[in-house]
Amino acid sequence: MPADAPETSREWLRSLLRTHPTMVFGAVILVLAFSAALLAPWLGTVDPLRIEPIARLRPPSATHWFGTDIFGRDLWSRVIYGARVSLTVGVAVAAISISIGLVIGLVSGYLRRVDTIVMRLMDAMMAIPAILLAIALMALTRPSVRNVIIAISVAEIPRVVRLVRSMVLSLRDEVYVQAAVTIGARLPAILLRHILPNIMAPLLVQGTYIFAAAIIIEAALSFLGAGTPAEVPSWGNIIAEGRNLFLLATWIVLIPGLFLSVTVLAINLLGDGLRDALDPRFAKRL
Amino acid sequence: MLGLIVRRIFATIPVVAIVSIIVFSLIYLSPGDPAAIIAGDLATTEDVDRIRAKLGLDQPLHIQFGRWVWRLLHGDLGISIFSNLPVQRLIGQRIEPTLVLTVTTTLWVILTAIPMGILAAWRAGSWIDRAVMGLAVLGFSFPSFVIGYILMFVIAVKLELLPVQGYAPLADGIVPFLRSIILPSLTLGLVYTALVARMTRASLLEILGQDYMRTARAKGLVPMRILLRHGLKNAAVPIVTTLGAGIALLIGGVVVTESVFGIPGLGRLTVDAIVRRDYPVIQGVMLVFAIAYVIINLVVDLIYVLVDPRIRY
Repeated sequence: MPADAPETSREWLRSLLRTHPTMVFGAVILVLAFSAALLAPWLGTVDPLRIEPIARLRPPSATHWFGTDIFGRDLWSRVIYGARVSLTVGVAVAAISISIGLVIGLVSGYLRRVDTIVMRLMDAMMAIPAILLAIALMALTRPSVRNVIIAISVAEIPRVVRLVRSMVLSLRDEVYVQAAVTIGARLPAILLRHILPNIMAPLLVQGTYIFAAAIIIEAALSFLGAGTPAEVPSWGNIIAEGRNLFLLATWIVLIPGLFLSVTVLAINLLGDGLRDALDPRFAKRL
Repeated sequence: MLGLIVRRIFATIPVVAIVSIIVFSLIYLSPGDPAAIIAGDLATTEDVDRIRAKLGLDQPLHIQFGRWVWRLLHGDLGISIFSNLPVQRLIGQRIEPTLVLTVTTTLWVILTAIPMGILAAWRAGSWIDRAVMGLAVLGFSFPSFVIGYILMFVIAVKLELLPVQGYAPLADGIVPFLRSIILPSLTLGLVYTALVARMTRASLLEILGQDYMRTARAKGLVPMRILLRHGLKNAAVPIVTTLGAGIALLIGGVVVTESVFGIPGLGRLTVDAIVRRDYPVIQGVMLVFAIAYVIINLVVDLIYVLVDPRIRY
């Protein structure tokens, strides 16, 4: 720990708030979103699928905080339960695409012969917009949260591979890597012990951006009818169900839309903060 | 120079080839029987067989691939399962609004985002800088369908300034056309603006730290003149790269934006194809968008060669 590090956690928090207010804001919002998703049954919600035909398209009120939809389902409950789907998809896609992209990127960056083939493939995959690739994959499977996660992960992997590969390429000529090669360290040891630790920080930052992108893509897929099945409330398909009624009941679209955007904003702010904190060189540039 | 350009053009051929192989092989990666999934839950065995035959899935793999390549080389993207029309004709019917929307959006984004980035870099740390960067973060966070509905609600529904939905082709007159395209274009362009403004600022800030910029200042040149003559020229390559790569955002965004505003373009064609599980159409749209992306980035690379004499492939 540096000598001038604050001693108590309260001081530390205060200094963090002063130097990185937006990052703290992002973290707080994100903690709230995760808590809401976890505690959904205890937050004044009812069954998000319960139909109440007599109370259709009610605007926000004391009984229905966010109003109701065309079937009389309570929108507050649907939005809170919807957070579960969005956050699950976001975290799962980030974890899966980072892990797979990391392995491919490490090997591809270090082994020249593999590299040409892998990078051609990745370039071609990146030429297909992520949303369209995910749409095509979803058109070939049955709609489920699991398939949405797989489809978005496949579309995100090339971006991770590119990042990891470019970092490996710049690290492999570093003196300490060359030293490891000289003393006869084997490939897995070089990659895992000498190169991996140096790319963890940028990868973590990339992970937050993928988290945010995955939430948006899941919502877009559901909005277009290629995402999570209708019986699972997600922010995207709540918006999709509300779009034909937009002129009648704006809240069905705008409330989940706002939840979605603020969550993504929070993740982006946290990601930007992490980037500045972990890599001061990069912080000056963007 | 000419040899260089020719070589660069030929270099895109393998990328396009691999893109088509990916688009071709996606159907085989799907778990289970793709013909059954495309046919839907209510389909009979005959329906499934019919679709399997139509997609050519009853043929051996190498024959299927050979046919697919042969057809592609002849500009044949297959037959829609739903309408029985050639996919390339369906795409041809719907391409105009999409093309117009993306081109208009690209133009205004270039004209606004680059000056925004320059201003932010010029007054780094000031309120202008913070406003531009704040807008950029918002642009990255608010997805197009949320922005679209907010704009629609405020400008079209409450203030009644512009039409809520629909598309008026240019042939119907310039005013209805412009009125129909303003909100969709704003919606589509926000994330692209965010990206380009941020990249312009970042690359300029990097250039501003260079020695020759200090020399220019020492010579007593006017700051804005230094920024534009010396700074922007040297920052041009990353900015143009971002413009090219960012086209992917526009292409992905246009599908969603068209659905929000009821524009009958390729995005709507895609959405209809999703609902009908019309896989050849999805494949065709994917291929057209991917090839457009590759060609745009080829043009971007060729622009470098013309603009930056340092670049030699």
